[in-house]
Formats: sequence, C-alpha cells, structure tokens
Amino acid sequence: MAGTALRRRLTWQVAKVSAVTAETASVRTITLDVPDWPGHQAGQHLDIRLTDEDGYVAERSYSIASAPGELVAITVERLDDGEVSPYLTDELRAGDDLELRGPIGGYFIWEPEDGGPLLLLAGGSGVVPLRSIVRHRERSGSTVPVRLLYSSRTLDDVIYRAELDQPARGVEVIHALTRHQPPGWTGYARRVDAALLAEVAWPAAEMPVAYVCGPTSFVETVSQALVQSGYPPQRVKTERFGATGGT
Amino acid sequence: MEAVDGNAIGGLMHEVFGTEMTATASVCGNCGDARPVAELMVYLQAPGTVVRCRTCDSMLMVFVTIHDRTCVDLHGLAVLG
Amino acid sequence: MSPVSRGFHRRHQDPAETVGRVPPGQYLTKDFPVLSAGPTPRTALDRWSFSVGRVGRQKTWNWAEFRALPSQDVTVDIHCVTKWSKLDTSWQGVSVDTLLDLAGHDGPFAMAHCDGGYTTNVPVADLTSGKAWVAYAYDGQPLEPEHGGPARLLVPHLYFWKSAKWVRSLELRDTNDPGFWENYGYHIYGDPWREQRYAGD
Repeated sequence: MAGTALRRRLTWQVAKVSAVTAETASVRTITLDVPDWPGHQAGQHLDIRLTDEDGYVAERSYSIASAPGELVAITVERLDDGEVSPYLTDELRAGDDLELRGPIGGYFIWEPEDGGPLLLLAGGSGVVPLRSIVRHRERSGSTVPVRLLYSSRTLDDVIYRAELDQPARGVEVIHALTRHQPPGWTGYARRVDAALLAEVAWPAAEMPVAYVCGPTSFVETVSQALVQSGYPPQRVKTERFGATGGT
Repeated sequence: MEAVDGNAIGGLMHEVFGTEMTATASVCGNCGDARPVAELMVYLQAPGTVVRCRTCDSMLMVFVTIHDRTCVDLHGLAVLG
Repeated sequence: MSPVSRGFHRRHQDPAETVGRVPPGQYLTKDFPVLSAGPTPRTALDRWSFSVGRVGRQKTWNWAEFRALPSQDVTVDIHCVTKWSKLDTSWQGVSVDTLLDLAGHDGPFAMAHCDGGYTTNVPVADLTSGKAWVAYAYDGQPLEPEHGGPARLLVPHLYFWKSAKWVRSLELRDTNDPGFWENYGYHIYGDPWREQRYAGD
C-alpha cells in the first residue's frame, strides 16, 4: 500500500475546506475533504497552491496533522509578514476550494514497523507532523515508548495543548517554554540545548529513532547534539521549516 | 533567507522524476558527502530552486520552472539513486 | 486551469500615485526581500578586491583603493523578476563609467563574477552613461552581506537578478554569453518594461 502511494502520479487537485479550527491565537487546523485522497503516512506533507484573480500563484508546503485513516487536516501558523499563511488562517472558511497535491514524502515518515523507542523533537509548528506520528502510533496499537520534547515560546503558543496534556499510554510529553513561563512552572524554561537533550533523550544504546522538525536553526542544534551523543545519523530524521516566527 | 531541506522539494521532485525522491541517496560530486535528498540544503525563492551539499556548499541540483516547464540541472551530483 | 482562491490577493496593492513607475506584472513592496540561492558569502574586507577588464588584462582595486574612488549617491527604483518592485531605494557606490574609464575599457559585453560562483551578463552599453554602479552602501548604511555586501552591482533599469550580489569582477568580452540564470532560461537582457523575464519573452 505504501509503495503504491509513493509511485503514483502526483497531481494538483481541488479539495473542499470542511472546517477551520483555532488551535492558538495564531494557529488554525484546516480539515479538508479531498475527493481522490489515496491515503497518507504519518509525517508526510502536502503542497497548497493559491491563485488570485490576476493569475498570481503562491505555493507552500504544510505537514499533515492527522493520522492515516483520519480526515486530512493541516495545521498552519500565521506568520505576520506571510503572504499565504494569513490567508489560510484568517480568510479561508468551510466550503472554500483549496488546490493541493499530496501526500508527499518518503523520508520523514514513521510506521510501526520502524520501531522505537521514539524521540520526537518539535520546534514551534514543527510539532505538526510529529503529532501525526503520535496519533498513528496509538491508532495502530503500537506500544513503542515515545518521548515528545516540544519547544514553544509560551504556554499559549502550544498547539494541540489539550491533547498533549492527556497523552496516550506510553507517550511522555516534555515542554520547553523559551520566552515566558506561567507562575509555578517547573518545566524547562530555556531553548533546547545539548544539556537539556541529554536529560530527555533516550540513551543511544537503546537504538532509538529520532524525528526533529521545526525552524532550521532548531533542527541544526538538536540533530547535531543527538549525533554527538551517539545517535547514528541514519536514525535522526530531520525536517527544516526555514526561519519562521520560531521559538 | 535560511535554507530549508530536501523535504521542501518533495512535490517538485515527484513532479519532475515521476516518483518520490526525498529518501533517495545522493552523493556530492565535489566532496563525496552522501545522504538522502531530504537532508540536502535547499534554497527556495531565488529565480530558481538551488540544492546544495550540506558539507561543502557546492551546488548539486538547480530547478528552474518557466511557463509550466521545469529545467533540472543535476551535474553537481556524483550519484542520485 | 487553477481555480481562483476566493479572497486571496498578493500582498501590497499599488497606490494610485505609483502608476507609471511599476512595470507590468509587478507589485510594490516596502520590504527588501532577501532571495538567495546559497549561503551568504562573507568575504573579509582585507581579502576583498574588485577587477574590471578582459581576462589577463584587468585593473584591480583593493577595498581601501575602491572606497577612495569618486562615488555617487543615487535613488532608484528596483524590479525583481519574482514580481516585487521597490521604489526610491538609495545607494552609494562607484559608477561603472568611472571603473571602465580607469580600466581603459574595451569590449561590448560584460560578465559579472561573484563570490558564491554566481554570474550574470550585461551589455557594456547598459552599464555606462550613468546606468550602473558598484554599490557598497544601502539606505545610508554599509551594504549587509545578505543584500550583497561588501559590494554588489546595481543596474536598476534591468530586472534585479542582473544587479549581482557579492560582485568581484566585471569581465569584458566580445560575446554576450549567458550568465547563471540566463543559462536556465531567464532572459538574456531582462528589461522589466517589456516584461522580459524568460528567454523568448
């Protein structure tokens, strides 16, 4: 099934927006009704294409937030100077058309047979594909242990907060709030660095698999620290978003 | 403009090569660095898309799309696939 | 045919007073987007040099010598092939007329060579008579590396990819050989007023 999905032709198609849900003040999850959706794998993304009345075209990629078997959804963070994200978060509404192609990606994906323990490292909106992995793990009945280290600016910026506050059995969620912490906060209060990772990461001897996603600088810092701590490079999968609002 | 990585051109490469390519092995023709396409440095938004070696920065692939036709230059790679 | 996305507009609608200053297909921006095809070169000033002339017969200046040349302050509109235009940008630099006079120019065409390996071609006639500079300051400040510093070519009457960042030499030639982007299908000349973005336009 997975092999078929990767070898088929990738074409643009028009989907319908079925819902736009607020995750945080600047983040929305857009649920889509995609007529010819072939199914997807956890960690994949899709490309979106917007066209204005003058024929001007803008394209962007967004990670799929939902697990295989769930309705297709993407989660978008509004970048203040963005050209596309403010449209998706503020203007788009249920019933609108959205042109997309996908699913895309054969590297940053996880299937239960890939095993674990799993170390998921999220910088800001980098949590999106990792959430798909966590949901897929639960839906598939996998019991590999998971640690999700999730770096955000403030508690109000945490996406999927309610869901992550009640993680599935075997999933541990560790937050790092880098800019502002609520009163009484006992968690990490700084940017993720090698020392923090050393406290959180599965020891290399346990043969973990790591997925790192977020702004480029976050991914560079984290992936280098993991490799230095003994993770084989092939067991550290990376996805860089470029410089975003970031953490 | 910071670089992204080869994941960002998954759609473009699938369109050009007819198949998923981000997990495909690549070898830099200049320094021999070997890694999946997903881990290469990608610069979008220039007049074209430029893919560079993570170790030596040399240009591995250039994609230019003009009027729905994409030109691909792979000569910086020693190996793709 | 892609469907029109309801309610989607490119950023920055053009104010009425700018009509006539914005070439066809362009839209105005107040930002200064950084479009790069690679990591930002950072050449130390004590290793920087700039050359003009034919291969083997070039006149070269180091940074101190270059900064001692007569310079001009210019305010120009710039137009990027990716469709943004920015009006009234101010630069300081050395006129290419000055450089060609000092180098004893000859040759109808020039190839700009830059740190990072990038090249672009411009006819010498489009670099002379006050049409081009090698600029080292933008908006009153030293040109930042991400915008092409220490110095970039500035040829505002052509699409901005011709205003090559991190420029290190203007090599004079007899033939109008295509530079880096021109090789991949961008227009050999690049006049924004005739919307010459791609070969054949």
